[in-house]
Amino acid sequence: MLLEVVVMIKESALIADNASYRETVPAGDYFMKVVKKGQTFRILDIEGNQAADTLFYNADNPVERYSAVDTIREQGNVYLSTGTKLLSNESNVMLEIVADTCGRHDTIGGACATESNTVRYALEKKCMHACRDSWMLAIAENEQFGMTKADITHNINFFMNVPVTEDGGLTFEDGISAPGKYVEMKAYMDTIVLISNCPQLNNPCNGYNPTPVEVLVWD
Amino acid sequence: MTKPSDLTTPEPGTVLYEDTLAPACHWSLRMRKGTILRLIDNEGGANVGMLFYNPDNLLERYNAPDTLKCQHTFKLTKGNCLYSDMGRIFCSIVDDTAGWHETVCGNTTKQGVADKWGERNYQEYRNEWNQNGYNSFLVELAKYGLGKKDMAANLNLFSAVGADENGDLEYKQNNSKAGDSISLRFEMDTLVLLHTCPHPLNPAAEYPRKPVNYQIIQAADVDENDYCMNFRDENKRGFKNNEIFHLGGHAAGGCCHD
Repeated sequence: MLLEVVVMIKESALIADNASYRETVPAGDYFMKVVKKGQTFRILDIEGNQAADTLFYNADNPVERYSAVDTIREQGNVYLSTGTKLLSNESNVMLEIVADTCGRHDTIGGACATESNTVRYALEKKCMHACRDSWMLAIAENEQFGMTKADITHNINFFMNVPVTEDGGLTFEDGISAPGKYVEMKAYMDTIVLISNCPQLNNPCNGYNPTPVEVLVWD
Repeated sequence: MTKPSDLTTPEPGTVLYEDTLAPACHWSLRMRKGTILRLIDNEGGANVGMLFYNPDNLLERYNAPDTLKCQHTFKLTKGNCLYSDMGRIFCSIVDDTAGWHETVCGNTTKQGVADKWGERNYQEYRNEWNQNGYNSFLVELAKYGLGKKDMAANLNLFSAVGADENGDLEYKQNNSKAGDSISLRFEMDTLVLLHTCPHPLNPAAEYPRKPVNYQIIQAADVDENDYCMNFRDENKRGFKNNEIFHLGGHAAGGCCHD
């Protein structure tokens, strides 16, 4: 499709071979690791049009976490891109997007869940794998963070394109990401990064073909 | 499950209770399935911050992203349903004269109010202080053993915020006029938390103080021609999830995980 809006593209000078940590996350799996203050990390959309459903927590006190509403309100814009400061529910800057070759990311649409899939698609689809199930498994398998379902909140969908229309509609467009597109963030605090690499099979946004992403971290 | 109220159910439309919430205050109440909470903006320009929880399982709560994406909408108005994270409908917007209510801008904070309108503490101003929405919700949450991590993205009823093609936010002034109202018909028993603190993007020079009337009204039974149920196919499925929930058996989505 033809993208008519202007999006901001900023490439990174960081070289993958110099990364201190690299991990490929298959679709339907999760990533849950601490990125230290001052480190930069990248999510790479290896094959294109993938969605990385992401939550952030203060590693010293996970009650402080990424807040979509505070981020949207304080930057006065619904989309995330280079220069966006990702704010916590305590109004502190957790991370800043410092490079972005996709240009626009969603933080309104939330994550897929088995339950919301019943509403969006069909009650019979209730047992198809979904992002919130990956998060539930992540918090269960990582007891060291002491999280429960109450910690699972309103996320970022990196690489997703969910335009808001001027008359108050919400549309789900084809992804504007492509193979090799990435988004990069610098951490302002020690941050737990929790990503569900979206397993959704019912949404055309990923061409009904969920694919791996890679996480890279530089000191 | 027997409902003790069945023997004495009032006529639909009967106002069971009404009261006024003063400006800049907070409250909470449990709404029963089959009742309507009607909120009236007495003076125009009010804002009502609101959150919902399932009183039988406080981990089930209002989910703004699910509500918006399930109905492909950014604004909320008559016909829309307000969803939990479990695929169920807490309540349906059965009437609305304001036309736009938003759910992505969150609350005022203590610091935000001080920066924008100046600090007015309780010691000096008593109940004319500049209360903020964030602390208001914290107080109401704590009454039910809940805290910061339980605070979801809230509704801001009577307040409209749009976005242009670049995504820039636009707070729409004069969205709600004196006498405008919104009616929420509860489709399951729901714990409602609310405050009357101003919208965080309200550009008013002075801290806005707007009272809100509320009424609890007996609803008519929901039939298959119901406006909200038929507003979108997704809502039909949401109502079905509620129906399954009220069988008292398995929650939707629980088939292979329980």
